Amino acid sequence: MLDILLSVLILTGAIFTFIGSLGLARLRDFYTRLHGPTKATTLGVGSLLIASMIHFSAQGEGVSLHEILVTLFLFITAPVSAHLLSKAALHRRVESQAQVPAQIEEAETQTHFAAPTVDRL
Amino acid sequence: MLNLAVIIAFGLVSAALALTFWRLLRGPDQPDRILALDTLYVNAIALLVLLGIHLNSSLYFEAALLIAMMGFVGTVALCKYLLRGDIIE
Repeated sequence: MLDILLSVLILTGAIFTFIGSLGLARLRDFYTRLHGPTKATTLGVGSLLIASMIHFSAQGEGVSLHEILVTLFLFITAPVSAHLLSKAALHRRVESQAQVPAQIEEAETQTHFAAPTVDRL
Repeated sequence: MLNLAVIIAFGLVSAALALTFWRLLRGPDQPDRILALDTLYVNAIALLVLLGIHLNSSLYFEAALLIAMMGFVGTVALCKYLLRGDIIE
């Protein structure tokens, strides 16, 4: 019973990790590529860590709580680093598949002298 | 059963590492490469956790925790460098 639960958790985690990296490799522009690792991979590693927690708690040496530290740390830092990465990409004007809204495009072609306000921190 | 699942998971996470490494080498812009590096850290944590389950030893969590912390610091430092041209102002 425990084996089945652990196997399901481990396989789910590994499949989600793989899908996250597949998204990173296959999607077409940076802003869509950002979705794969930050969501799917984090969820997959969380599932693997839950499996490991159950496995070591069932060994009989008390409840194993190291993994909660790693899980908490990953779940707190993943959105922060994704936010910083997208900010850096906007700052460097990494090209996107999405169409630029008409107003911004107009403003950028008209005002060469004024610094664009988009990439101000 | 658990052994088989762990071995399949090893294969899947290794394939994920290979795909991420491909993006790290190819990735057209710097943010792509930083994102691939961040994903490499997370995949390494997954591999370490799997190795801990496979070898039945809890020695590897400290390594996983260290990689998690250092990976985050590295990603933030690289992003700050891209944003400001400097890390500690």
